[in-house]
Amino acid sequence: MKKTLMTSALALGLAFGAAPSFAETYFPIIAKGFSHQFWQAVKAGAEEAAARNGVTITFEGPNTEAEIDKQTDILNAAIAKNPQGLGFAALDSQAQVPALQKAADAGIPIVAFDSGVESDLPLTTCTTDNVAAAAAAADGLAKAIGEEGKVAAVIHDQTSATGIGRHDGFVNRIKEAYPKIEIVDVQYANDAVKATDTIKAMLQANPDIKGFFASNEGAAIGLSVAIKESGANIVGVGFDSGKSQKDAIMEGTLIGSITQNPVGIGQCVVDSLVKALAGETLPKVIDTGFYWYDKTNMTDPKIAAVLYD
Amino acid sequence: MSDTTMDKSGTGKPGFLSAATLQKAVAFVVLIALVLFFSIFANNFATGANAVGIMQATAVNGVLGVAVTFVIISGGIDLSVGTMMTLTAVTAGLVLTNLGMPLPIGILAAIAAGAFMGAVSGVVIAKLKIPPFIATLGMMQIARGLALVFSGAKPIYFNDTPSYSLLSPESTISKLIPGVEIPNGVMIMFIVAIIASIVLNRTIIGRMIFALGSNEEAARLSGINIDNWKILTYAICGGICGIAGLIVSSRLNSAQPALGLGYELDAIAAVVIGGTSLAGGRGTVMGTIIGAFIMSVLTNGLRVMGVLEEWKIVVTGVIIIVAVFIDIVLRKRA
Repeated sequence: MKKTLMTSALALGLAFGAAPSFAETYFPIIAKGFSHQFWQAVKAGAEEAAARNGVTITFEGPNTEAEIDKQTDILNAAIAKNPQGLGFAALDSQAQVPALQKAADAGIPIVAFDSGVESDLPLTTCTTDNVAAAAAAADGLAKAIGEEGKVAAVIHDQTSATGIGRHDGFVNRIKEAYPKIEIVDVQYANDAVKATDTIKAMLQANPDIKGFFASNEGAAIGLSVAIKESGANIVGVGFDSGKSQKDAIMEGTLIGSITQNPVGIGQCVVDSLVKALAGETLPKVIDTGFYWYDKTNMTDPKIAAVLYD
Repeated sequence: MSDTTMDKSGTGKPGFLSAATLQKAVAFVVLIALVLFFSIFANNFATGANAVGIMQATAVNGVLGVAVTFVIISGGIDLSVGTMMTLTAVTAGLVLTNLGMPLPIGILAAIAAGAFMGAVSGVVIAKLKIPPFIATLGMMQIARGLALVFSGAKPIYFNDTPSYSLLSPESTISKLIPGVEIPNGVMIMFIVAIIASIVLNRTIIGRMIFALGSNEEAARLSGINIDNWKILTYAICGGICGIAGLIVSSRLNSAQPALGLGYELDAIAAVVIGGTSLAGGRGTVMGTIIGAFIMSVLTNGLRVMGVLEEWKIVVTGVIIIVAVFIDIVLRKRA
């Protein structure tokens, strides 16, 4: 109780301290979506940092992560409002560079997050190293199956930076570090139901699969449902969190998962923009980190803080 | 040619070897051929467990297909079935998890929510004269938005209602007839299809829906209150979407609010492959179920063979076009 009071007092103090200089400061934050749990957690982090820094933010995103054109419209509308800074998670690492150029020409500082942009326009990028994170998932899976046998993966999409990064991170790590493990199949499915049916078909085709990697929350839900329905005796490793996945890990359907730090990504975007306005130089990339979590460390405060339901 | 006109001006109810029956037969032959093909060329395809897997993968699309079959036979279209399914799943979640009501009330609430939203589409179409494509395109977004709003954009879990998660994956029939491990979700699809088939072919509701699709003006001139029948048609469609919502959320033990977009196109594809004419007035529920099975056998078989997801999508597209082409050829000949 005392601690809560102290932190609120501190936050209040900071807010007051910051308020005069940033009274009119507004940052539109444009994500790749908003309905997914992950983006809600990024939003929560951004809002926390906005309150702490005394700035105003809006958090928007297109309906689905395929609507690059809609996201560009949102971006253009945001730039038209002449904000003091802009947070942007590009659906396509190249397509939206011209729109960002407009923002840069108008002197609006840009911070990229989640997926990078292939240009020097963003001052920094707050992101998870997806390749390293998926490699950690590969390590967890390899350890659990005794570093030999057949494995497979279901990836959430073929084209986004996160889909490609996690695919490459997992596949390359297995190929490089575990010569006795064979990847028999990699398929794609973009929602929990489709992932379930895809994984069941893959298990059907390869009954001797020992381990399975699912590259996001929907795929991981599909993996746990598929394991339950088929009764297959395999080791499942997921990605991100969400209550379904956490429950599956607690009851042993999945052995573990990788969590990014979505709250940290949101905080990083707003904090970086505030720093940029204060004239600080920022590193090109800010790695917001990832953690392997399983039954043993899920309640660890450091892990529990970045898991979402 | 003259037969086609007869078919159009009559009730449109398919008779023996009518075009719809013929295409249904063609679809059935295609289904058997696909099953045989994969049984021979895909290792591990022809097993009991995979058959159950295929049926489970068909259940949601099959039920949504049945829902939209009603609307398509009446000469309309419903693009909202996918997100409507999601909204009804969220409704079940709110009633069961957030309000803590008993299971039957949750089930009724989901179906009622679907029927109500369907009726709203029907009123917009019948009374405001908005074309069905536009009205249900709007409803697709409304349902999707409401599902996100009501759920707070978070999945709703059914952990407090353990019996709910057994609704769809559990196999009651295997307890009655040992060895028949068909999950309830699949049995529900078959029951929905049988009841829908009876309603369409043996009741006044069915006759009116066929009459609307065959010749709306003739139906109006013969004194039928076409507005009310239209509203009822969309309400039935919505109610059946509620059943799909129950199947999908029970299987995932959660109402996933972001799910459902794109499911309407799979459902419409199943209807078309099954021989129901998009022009209205002609079609069968059993054809739709066969169409849904063709799609899931294809998907499953290609996956078991290890064919790339990208090519699977291409093949599904080709099948849809071929199905409609057969429809056109048969209609010219009939």
